[in-house]
Amino acid sequence: MTDIAATPPVALRRRFDVTSDSARARVRRRYRAESRFRYYGLIALIFTTIFLVVLIVDIVRKGLPAFTQYSLLLDVAVPADLVPPDKRSDPVAIRSADYFPLLRDALKAAIPGIESRSAERTLTRLLSTGAADRLTSMIVADPSLIGRTVKAPLLLSANADLYFKGAGTPIIMRPGRGIATPSGTTGEITVLTSANDFVDELVSIKNSLAARARELSSEADRLQRFGSATLADRIKELRDEAAAYRARVDQPKVDEELDAKLPSLLVDINGGLVKITKLSDIRITGEVLLPLKSAAEAKSGDWKIVTYTIPESNRKATDQEVAFLERFRELGKVDRQFNWMFFVAGDSREPELAGIRGAIVGSALTLFITLALCLPIGVLAAIYLEEFAAKNRLTDLIEVNINNLAAVPSIVFGLLGLAMFLNFFGLPRSAPLVGGLVLALLVLPTIIIAARAALKAVPPSIKEAALGVGASHQQAVFHHILPLAMPGIMTGTIIGMAHALGETAPLLMIGMVAFIVDVPKSFTDAATVLPVQIYLWSDLPEPAFQYKTAAAIMVLLVFLFVMNGLAIWLRRRFERRW
Amino acid sequence: MNMEMPVQRAFSAEEAAMVASDRKAAKVVARGVNVYYGEKHSLKEVSVDIPDRGVMAFIGPSGCGKSTFLRCINRMNDTIPIAKVTGKIEIDGQDIYDPALDVVQLRARVGMVFQKPNPFPKSVFENIAYGPRIHGLARSKSELEEMVVSSLKRAGLFEEVKDRLQDSGTSLSGGQQQRLCIARAIAVEPEIILMDEPCSALDPIATARIEELMEELKQTYTIVIVTHSMQQAARVSQRTAFFHLGSLVEEGPTEVIFNNPRDQRTQDYITGRFG
Repeated sequence: MTDIAATPPVALRRRFDVTSDSARARVRRRYRAESRFRYYGLIALIFTTIFLVVLIVDIVRKGLPAFTQYSLLLDVAVPADLVPPDKRSDPVAIRSADYFPLLRDALKAAIPGIESRSAERTLTRLLSTGAADRLTSMIVADPSLIGRTVKAPLLLSANADLYFKGAGTPIIMRPGRGIATPSGTTGEITVLTSANDFVDELVSIKNSLAARARELSSEADRLQRFGSATLADRIKELRDEAAAYRARVDQPKVDEELDAKLPSLLVDINGGLVKITKLSDIRITGEVLLPLKSAAEAKSGDWKIVTYTIPESNRKATDQEVAFLERFRELGKVDRQFNWMFFVAGDSREPELAGIRGAIVGSALTLFITLALCLPIGVLAAIYLEEFAAKNRLTDLIEVNINNLAAVPSIVFGLLGLAMFLNFFGLPRSAPLVGGLVLALLVLPTIIIAARAALKAVPPSIKEAALGVGASHQQAVFHHILPLAMPGIMTGTIIGMAHALGETAPLLMIGMVAFIVDVPKSFTDAATVLPVQIYLWSDLPEPAFQYKTAAAIMVLLVFLFVMNGLAIWLRRRFERRW
Repeated sequence: MNMEMPVQRAFSAEEAAMVASDRKAAKVVARGVNVYYGEKHSLKEVSVDIPDRGVMAFIGPSGCGKSTFLRCINRMNDTIPIAKVTGKIEIDGQDIYDPALDVVQLRARVGMVFQKPNPFPKSVFENIAYGPRIHGLARSKSELEEMVVSSLKRAGLFEEVKDRLQDSGTSLSGGQQQRLCIARAIAVEPEIILMDEPCSALDPIATARIEELMEELKQTYTIVIVTHSMQQAARVSQRTAFFHLGSLVEEGPTEVIFNNPRDQRTQDYITGRFG
């Protein structure tokens, strides 16, 4: 007792004094490290979110236009002799009739006065090659339309469609001040105005010519610095061109010529449209794009100077096409609809006719084969390995190799499929059957691993309970363990299937990359799948296919989100109750 | 400690005669049972007779082999791949490790109740109906229902769950779950019920109910219980066996073991000096 009382400082002294400076510094360091770690996490999260948002926004922005489609609502006169009277109820006869003259006449009726062959050709090319499809379907459904005038939506070509989706040009209109006098109604005409209406345009043209001359000169100077003899010709060329531009700038009071590199100037007069080819401040010469109703004088304010600000060479639609399309828009003939075609049609060389039905059906058939093979084989293999297999070197080896298989690059499975299924077994090329077999190889390890984990997660007490009442091992597994593991197995399977749905590389190897128009009807028909369709479209030069690509990605993403959502739902729904 | 060994040996010497005389009374006869888990020798030369109808308690400190021995009686150790059992266990004179004997049928005769209540995550009804169904005990649906009801009644659970037969077995309270497990075990009409610390996860009230139940069940069944609670062993059992470090130290009528043990280790354990 006295001992204890005598040595209290020794008893109370702690080895770690929490109030010491070093202890406080250690605590501060720990707090700093923790907050630093939190910031790292936050930064990573912000970056991921930004990238994800940019990705999704970009895809949606590009893909959304592909879900709508523009067509022209025109009155089409269907002649009585389109098909012989006795074949009016025969869809084949109706579908094989020639609709081109009908469409051409309908277009010409909407914009009267087109005479030149080239303008007519431009006009008819605004329509898709499949423009008559809706009309045909309408006539097939109701043959009594033959001999009558039908108001039908005629599908626009991809370029015309894109024009309305924003690939056009801003248009500026300014009323003319003077009295304008056209020299004719079609062909090449001149328009005289009583005021110097075109002086502003002239100035801006001269300015841009001067700018162009400067550009060429500086390019020539740049090349000059290299001092190379081989460039001498090119330098001279550039200088000459620059000099020519400068001469045009300096030349007063002479008609200035317009070219495709300058914004297009047009004159809207007497219900027609003239594209200016030459202009001075009071007079223009031009080509009639839309015929004038008369060659009468137009009063001040009754005519307009129109500018298509994007030069013709920088846009897809020519001035003539823009003129036609704008006219159709003014006439209220342009109709925007949901693009059902995208979901019901197979692939096509024409972007406006291409759809993803073939790819979706191909994916569905392929995944069906994959699932039908993977689920039973994978689950039974997992049960065998987890519950019945003897634990020895051989099963260890098998286990390691299953895990390794999950990491094998998918292209290798594609090559294996090519060598085995196509070359050795002689199965058909490009078929969903083979695609499904290859994807089954790919997904099998994933499912086995997921199923084993799910089986392992079932508490042993359940198995003991079953064995305790006299169930055999197999009964215990199939009556109790497997049903309890099923949600986990399904989650793994769905994630594996989502993986298979997005897989491209192995399918390229077995020929599912071909251009296939028909929607596959059986497991051995040639087919493609969604990701491969995306890959194919992304490779095509037409801008319209870029939109289709993004739209197909959206559809694929929706499928993937739904599948993953289902997996999450399953996991939540059946999350354990023991 | 060396002093006690000859006492035990003396019992071994009389073994043959004792077996011959006890055979009719003993339900389970174990002779020289050894269990190895891989390299580990978990149960050493255990010989014990378990009398028909009544409760026999196995006591001893953790890891002493009492549960291991219990699991030998319905060959539950078979499910552990590394476990190896030697020696002889007979039930009604039949060797249960005879290769000709079907282990599933054995487990139908020897039911088991585990430490943690482990009802199947199915309805109360399905929990009990499962055993009779896989053994084909019920010929018709009504017979099956009758078996379920009578099992629940015998387990003293019927009144509490008669309106909840379709509810999940896991929705019951812990004590109810354990009685459900007992009902599930008796539904297949076993002769022996093994209970591996059945009350260790239960509160005292639920424990008391289980003990009451055992009191009733011992009229019909041979019950073997592993318990850590010496009071429980004293309350429910007629015979007690004390295990220590894998060996059976002493076995005898419960009053003798608790009041007048022959072995010092038993004495020490019962008086709480170790364990």
